[in-house]
Amino acid sequence: MSDAKNDHMVEVQNLKMYFPINRGLLKRHVGDIKAVDDISFFIKNKETLGLVGESGCGKTTTGRCILRLYKPTSGTISFSGTDISHMRDKALKPLRRNMGAIFQDPYSSLNPRQTAGSIISDPLKIHNMASKKEMDEMISELFKMVGLDPRMTDRVPHEFSGGQRQRIGIARALACQPSLVICDEPISALDVSIQAQIINLLEELQEGLGLTYLFIAHDLAVVQHISDRVAVMYLGRIMELTSSEELYENPLHPYTQALLSAIPLPDPKAEKIRQRIVLKGEVPSPANPPPGCHFHPRCELATSDCNVEIPPLRDIGGGHYVACLRV
Amino acid sequence: MAAILEIDNLTTNFYTEYGTVKAVDGVSYYVDEGEIIGLVGESGCGKSVSVLSAMQLIQTPGKIDSGRVIFDGEDILQYDSKGEKMRSIRGGKIAMIFQEPMTSLNPVLSICRQLTEALEIHLDMDIQSARERAIELLSMVGVPEAAVRIDDFPHQFSGGMRQRVMIAMALSCNPALIIADEPTTAVDVTTQAQLLELMNDLVTRLNTSLIIVTHNLGVVARYAQRIYVMYAGRIIESGPSEEIFENPRHPYTIGLMRSIPRLGEKRGGRKLIPIDGMPPDLIFMPPTCAFLPRCTYKTKQCQEEPWPALRQVGEKHRTACFVDIGEKE
Ligand SMILES: Nc1ncnc2c1ncn2[C@@H]1O[C@H](COP(=O)(O)OP(=O)(O)OP(=O)(O)O)[C@@H](O)[C@H]1O
Ligand SMILES: Nc1ncnc2c1ncn2[C@@H]1O[C@H](COP(=O)(O)OP(=O)(O)OP(=O)(O)O)[C@@H](O)[C@H]1O
Ligand SMILES: [Mg+2]
Ligand SMILES: [Mg+2]
Repeated sequence: MSDAKNDHMVEVQNLKMYFPINRGLLKRHVGDIKAVDDISFFIKNKETLGLVGESGCGKTTTGRCILRLYKPTSGTISFSGTDISHMRDKALKPLRRNMGAIFQDPYSSLNPRQTAGSIISDPLKIHNMASKKEMDEMISELFKMVGLDPRMTDRVPHEFSGGQRQRIGIARALACQPSLVICDEPISALDVSIQAQIINLLEELQEGLGLTYLFIAHDLAVVQHISDRVAVMYLGRIMELTSSEELYENPLHPYTQALLSAIPLPDPKAEKIRQRIVLKGEVPSPANPPPGCHFHPRCELATSDCNVEIPPLRDIGGGHYVACLRV
Repeated sequence: MAAILEIDNLTTNFYTEYGTVKAVDGVSYYVDEGEIIGLVGESGCGKSVSVLSAMQLIQTPGKIDSGRVIFDGEDILQYDSKGEKMRSIRGGKIAMIFQEPMTSLNPVLSICRQLTEALEIHLDMDIQSARERAIELLSMVGVPEAAVRIDDFPHQFSGGMRQRVMIAMALSCNPALIIADEPTTAVDVTTQAQLLELMNDLVTRLNTSLIIVTHNLGVVARYAQRIYVMYAGRIIESGPSEEIFENPRHPYTIGLMRSIPRLGEKRGGRKLIPIDGMPPDLIFMPPTCAFLPRCTYKTKQCQEEPWPALRQVGEKHRTACFVDIGEKE
């Protein structure tokens, strides 16, 4: 993953994001939470890159680094060919217009006292994208685009259902016509029967507007459905990254294999004959990750070198990247 | 095979200031000895209220308005909810595991104390043997160094470990039945797999019956022998797992299956078919089928007649729908 290619909207290289742990009266720096620990990947124009992994593995932190809501500890992040890793807020502002974000919780991510219309218009105001006259028209357009009735602009969030609130969140993310949208668990808080509505909406919007997505979720079935390529994270690192199809048909990292096998399929017959890999133990703390490969203490294949050497994420052919010494 | 627990025509309402919430509306289900059944449905459809009602754990403004809950040949709804008999069932013969282990474990009591309490109450054990049994239970559910960790407090355990403690507590009094209400919703998928495998192994080995309450269709497909699908306070379809998944007959069940992405599907392969609209408000329930506004199979009859009762569509397979949706249409 060397030079920034023209069709890469996002290019992340050796990104680290450590959160300091400070203790005692003097708030001495006693260690770091290594939320993201040296990851590299790119997102192509108009593709969806899925990011999966279990709670605390660093998905949200990765997304927030790309949005530059965090200043990375080290490494570089390029957006449309521009290195934004150390850019100041003022220089960032015009670029930020091109990035939208949708968050997990449609309940807490919207201000309960603001009307839906004003929530959506906020980003337009911040970036001076519309005159007062144009504003109503644009809000109305955005409402229609996400499948909401424009007559509901004056309602406040609690007057909407969960699915509708998520639509408001999507409309807000799209208000400034971004090219990249970071979707951080956009459907996890929704009911099963509503989830498909939002997945389809996101897919249609991508088609229609030519959007690029980073789609973060812990549900691999959902991620695979919506993504062109998928990166699997474990304890701050990417273990495997390849096309959606390849990840399912030919998972190579032992962690990916365990993750796939842990997901129960809505198919009793398939379940009866399915081989299950049940992982031992628990995910270690990101404040004190194991040496070498982060997964080695739970890995069936681990040998003595796995706890020494950090396996690089290498392309084993056809853009299938794996970080494992045993593959 | 004999049913270990049978819920018969249970109705539970919440009398709130906004109106009556018909949370559970004439629900019947049973679980056989050694059987695992799944109760599925989306949020708010009445799954938890139905099992809490069976255990007489409903508080005001909720009220169990009718029905019977037969356990060991007796209607336990007739027992005084705080009486001796009900207490020996709750946590003793019937154990419950809840979604959020932190709220069901007492934060100021050690793990040991929480485990031994039930043993002392229900099994009349003395302190020493209760402690030994507690350590045994803890290692049985896979907590490493159980003899040391037994004196820890809940906050010293991870989410998955706490859930293991909950399983140990549930098993402690050799229950005939365990009711697990969304036991793994708050944990990660690999932890979920660890816990469900553990629970499955243990109940199979001990011949304990299990009711799994969940909204995850995959979980019931993997573990349940029979399934009950709930919608808006009622059971709308029931039958053996394979039958339900291969040949769903209620429009809601069919809709659910079509709307969930499946592992291994190609990008741009199958388009998900969402169920339009949303579940009804349980205060303002129409007299007709509650799924009608979202249904793509509806007929004139559906609009004119009250919500249909469950009817037989196959051996042990029942659906609450007027429309004959052919096999594998
Ligand atoms: N602002 C912060 N300060 C300190 N630690 C943080 C901060 N944000 C995240 N962390 C820690 O970094 C790790 C990664 O967190 P992150 O939120 O990125 O995980 P995630 O993969 O998004 O998890 P989830 O699936 O639960 O959302 C966690 O251990 C978390 O506790
Ligand atoms: N104390 C209460 N007061 C009023 N209504 C209540 C109360 N408890 C539950 N309800 C209502 O009863 C209905 C059934 O709730 P229940 O908790 O059984 O749903 P559930 O199927 O378990 O959902 P979930 O999957 O979210 O746990 C819901 O509509 C809920 O709002
Ligand atoms: Mg997150
Ligand atoms: Mg519930």
